[in-house]
Amino acid sequence: MRLRMLGATFLLALREIRRHLLRSFLTTLGIIIGVAAVITMVTLGRGLTANVQEDIAGLGSNVFIVFPESVEERQPAPFDDMDVAAVERQIPGVVNAAGSSQTPAVAFHNGQDWSTTVQGADAAFFAAQSIEVVEGRGFSQRESERGESVCILGPKIVDEIFVEDAVLGETMRVGNVSCLVVGVIDERSNAVGGGQDADDVVLMPLKTVQRRFTGGTNIQFFVVKYDDSYTSASIQQQLIDLLRERRVIQEGEANDFNIVDTADINDTVNNVTGTMTAVVTVIAAISLLVGGIGIMNIMLVSVTERTREIGIRLAIGALAKEVRLQFLTEAVVLCCFGGLIGILLAFGLSITLASAIDLPFLFDPTVNIISFLFSAAMGMIFGYYPAHQASKLDPIDALRHE
Amino acid sequence: MSEAPLIQLEGITKTFGTGPAAFQALKGVDLSIERGDFVAIMGPSGSGKSTTMNILGCLDTPTSGIFRFRNVEVQSLSRDQRSLLRRRYLGFVFQGFNLLARTTALENVELPLLYRGESKKARREAAERSLDKVGLLPWAGHTPAELSGGQQQRVAIARALVSDPDVLLADEPTGNLDTERSIEIMELLRDLSRSGITVLMVTHEEEMAEFARTIVHFRDGLVQRVVEGKRREVAE
Ligand SMILES: Nc1ncnc2c1ncn2[C@@H]1O[C@H](COP(=O)(O)OP(=O)(O)O)[C@@H](O)[C@H]1O
Ligand SMILES: [Mg+2]
Repeated sequence: MRLRMLGATFLLALREIRRHLLRSFLTTLGIIIGVAAVITMVTLGRGLTANVQEDIAGLGSNVFIVFPESVEERQPAPFDDMDVAAVERQIPGVVNAAGSSQTPAVAFHNGQDWSTTVQGADAAFFAAQSIEVVEGRGFSQRESERGESVCILGPKIVDEIFVEDAVLGETMRVGNVSCLVVGVIDERSNAVGGGQDADDVVLMPLKTVQRRFTGGTNIQFFVVKYDDSYTSASIQQQLIDLLRERRVIQEGEANDFNIVDTADINDTVNNVTGTMTAVVTVIAAISLLVGGIGIMNIMLVSVTERTREIGIRLAIGALAKEVRLQFLTEAVVLCCFGGLIGILLAFGLSITLASAIDLPFLFDPTVNIISFLFSAAMGMIFGYYPAHQASKLDPIDALRHE
Repeated sequence: MSEAPLIQLEGITKTFGTGPAAFQALKGVDLSIERGDFVAIMGPSGSGKSTTMNILGCLDTPTSGIFRFRNVEVQSLSRDQRSLLRRRYLGFVFQGFNLLARTTALENVELPLLYRGESKKARREAAERSLDKVGLLPWAGHTPAELSGGQQQRVAIARALVSDPDVLLADEPTGNLDTERSIEIMELLRDLSRSGITVLMVTHEEEMAEFARTIVHFRDGLVQRVVEGKRREVAE
């Protein structure tokens, strides 16, 4: 019996909303915008997080990146091959350590030139950073040991200056070094830490880069991959102790190097996303509050307009709570429509924005459901007062109302 | 043992407003109405007819006095309890028809049954039966705007009848109608009273009051006299 009443009330609410379609739409605009804003931001935030996590996975898990850092303006000593070898040999738990050096260079091919980065990296570095060779092959041990002039290209270079179908076996010039192309790596989007486009790179054996570009045996940074049965903190501590000893840093002096834990990058990104979401939530809350007041306003107007109708209903025996239910239902249905439109709008917006700023679109059912329920709750909260006013009307006065 | 009257008013007063602006519209009304009666309430404008009807219709409560309906003392009931009485036992017809606009005749007539929790099918059937009684079944799908005043008032009567009430209350039901339509409505009310429904009607037209069995004259917030009506018949 209650259910029957609710069904009839629901139909009545739909009819009233249809009668004032434009007014209803304008009324729910606040809710539409609030809901759309929250869902869009949460969805984009998820995409951003996923993107960064993928990049971090590209750096490899259980990986530290170690590079020199100046202390009080003093230029720090660079690392060299010996440091990398010591880390790999002396710290239990380290699976491998691999150094790398990079420098800007101009690549020439087919009469075209292209400013890029040449980076020295050997098999261990490829493994630690999860760099995948998708065409051709990686550097052989012999090529690495002898510092031969071979190179592996980032996909961007291939797109920019190669017109041939097959790039493998081609010879190209980088700076004044001519090298044989033996492989192409996969697209990695933006790797964190590198700064430059990770796809816009020419990789050569580290020894080749040291000999022909940077000189000496110095490296700019190295990566350390450790066994996941060890904790990040314990490896990091040993790393610090060893490097301080090798670099002769006195007690009380600061480290002239920095160790980045890829897990920390993840945390930082999560913090940023969290802050962003919090800001948007506040904006959305304000928008929803304004929207709610709009709902309350229009419901009060509706009650006044329909005073006579309320009088008729009361006269033929409607209970106060039944009249209240009718107007409450109307407010809730109105808000639910607003919520639904907001969800659809957010869907379109998220897809468009995600593709515009190159993020994956990750639909989040939870935030959609919560937003919808929240809209319904807005209807209840802001519809209650007008509905209560309606239910309190005196039937005689209401019937006399013009 | 004779049955107690269906409706009993004892010393009913009604004061509107407070302080110096207070106005006593009813000054001690005593009245008994038997089940099945057809009562016309007459009197000059402002004599308290509508105020009395509102109290009889359980829409309003007296300032003092006792109002018994089916031996229940209505003046001490709550607002919702009075709603339940209206829903179960009373039907209303107003001078201004008071139908829901942009709502079909059938839906208007169904309305009281909604609050009684009847199923959609039962509502439809009863509403159609009720519209048939007032001769408006062919107009079931029309909205009030598409109906004449007389037709609208008959829809209102159908709505009052649909829940099978004990008492039909009509405050100047023919006030907005011409004589011919008014007489049609009177005949309808008379037929209803013959079928056992107690009909209470306010009118200021002598001609309409002639249809009633009992005529109650009001003056200055008091019952002046109660006389027997003429139970007028109209020659076909
Ligand atoms: N709600 C009200 N507030 C103040 N005065 C009222 C109210 N309702 C009726 N009255 C007054 O009470 C008197 C009786 O009114 P009413 O019962 O409507 O008379 P009528 O016999 O014309 O139907 C009138 O003088 C009217 O002005
Ligand atoms: Mg009156």
